[in-house]
Amino acid sequence: MRAKAGTFRLSARLCGDGSPTLLIGPNGAGKTTLLRTICGGHTPESGRIRVGDRILYDSSAGLSLPPGERGVGYVPQGSGLFTHLDVLDNVAFGLVANRPRPPRRERRSSALSMLRDLGCERLARRTAATLSGGERQQVALARALVADPDLLVLDEPLAALDAGARPATRRFLARHLAVCRAASLIVTHDVRDLRGLGAKQVHVLEAGGVVQSGPPDELAASPATAFVGEFFASSAPTLR
Amino acid sequence: MLRRLSAGAWALPILLFTALPIVALVLASTPADLAAGARHPLFLPALALSARTTAVSILVIAVAGTPLAWWLARGTGRLKRAAEVLIDLPIVLPPAVMGIALLQALGPSGLLGPPLAALGLTLPFTSIAVVLAQVAVSAPFYIQGAATAFRAVDEDLLIVARTLGQSQAGAFLRVAVPIALPGMVTAGALSWARALGEFGATLFFAGNLASATQTMPLAIYTALESDSRTAVALALFLAAASTLLLVPLRMVPRALAVRGAR
Repeated sequence: MRAKAGTFRLSARLCGDGSPTLLIGPNGAGKTTLLRTICGGHTPESGRIRVGDRILYDSSAGLSLPPGERGVGYVPQGSGLFTHLDVLDNVAFGLVANRPRPPRRERRSSALSMLRDLGCERLARRTAATLSGGERQQVALARALVADPDLLVLDEPLAALDAGARPATRRFLARHLAVCRAASLIVTHDVRDLRGLGAKQVHVLEAGGVVQSGPPDELAASPATAFVGEFFASSAPTLR
Repeated sequence: MLRRLSAGAWALPILLFTALPIVALVLASTPADLAAGARHPLFLPALALSARTTAVSILVIAVAGTPLAWWLARGTGRLKRAAEVLIDLPIVLPPAVMGIALLQALGPSGLLGPPLAALGLTLPFTSIAVVLAQVAVSAPFYIQGAATAFRAVDEDLLIVARTLGQSQAGAFLRVAVPIALPGMVTAGALSWARALGEFGATLFFAGNLASATQTMPLAIYTALESDSRTAVALALFLAAASTLLLVPLRMVPRALAVRGAR
């Protein structure tokens, strides 16, 4: 995948073996903008976005696929559930735009089986407002997966959780990302996510540019910037 | 406790002052007065005209104002900021000024008078003029309220909807509007109440012609010249109609919010 937006330049090798690629960087580095650019919610001034052998965006060719045709599933910060729909309709939302449009009952039963696959069918009748942070992440993942994306982008999926829910949700993500077909790109602020999610590749974004890329061990051993050093400092003993 | 008490003591005079005229209005009419008011020749045509024109006005405001509110909420740039000021203008301008301004714009000797005359259209002193006056004066209340509701819709929800195959219009209709609906209903009720009470702009631009432009506020004004008891009875009816609009103003958004949290 290659993306360049204004001053961004990210050339990320996404692992196809189920291990997610992680994106770290200080606040304001452009991580969220980058994710939005990939899924088409933000149009870059120039550049090229390729996922696998599909070109999603190419300013020199005047090509920009609409977000719905990019095959990118987006789980925004705070999970971005639709507050006016119950959990089942949230997950079924991704099937509304299918042509021909499946009837509502069929959409809801597909959504239910997706929730069942993720082991959270008990949430089906609840509304987004009544879910805990961890449950929101589970539903948001189900909603993204129902459209069968090639790439999943998750923006700080564990940041809003309390300390108690974080390990369980991290295990949930690791387990399901490992078996799903889609590659994944995850933004995090927490060094524990690198191991917990089984990341083999990490990219560091600072001030709108990638300053370092590589496996976690390599970054920890020779950090290119002060930020990378700080990021790994707290967990250095456990990584070695 | 003491602080709450002193705040209450400060609030009491203004609360009483707000309630006083309404209490006086209710006390001023006997049931017989009300019955006489309802039978008065001014009453039914004015009530029907008010109902008809405000219904058309709020429809026009919702259809034309909703996309504008969306643009104000999501747009950027100098043009948008200028539009925001422009839309606020009718809120601060006296309605009488709006009426004169409408006359200067759409009247026979106004800016658009000649082209309108060429089309055979004479707007002043027609029911269309009543609607135009109401729209001009009350649209900002809806547009600002709806824009505030739209601003509260998380950008990420719209991006998610689009990654799930919705067009921009689809994301707007299926996500932004349902989420902003309580705020839109409140803004609509406020705007409707303002249109129902419209007096100054209507009088100056549409005149005071029975059945054509004489809405309830103008009928009260007319009644007051001859018979103050009828004026009081009509005022009470109008107050009741406006108060009814408070119900959606307070209840519907809450009901929608409760449904959302279910």
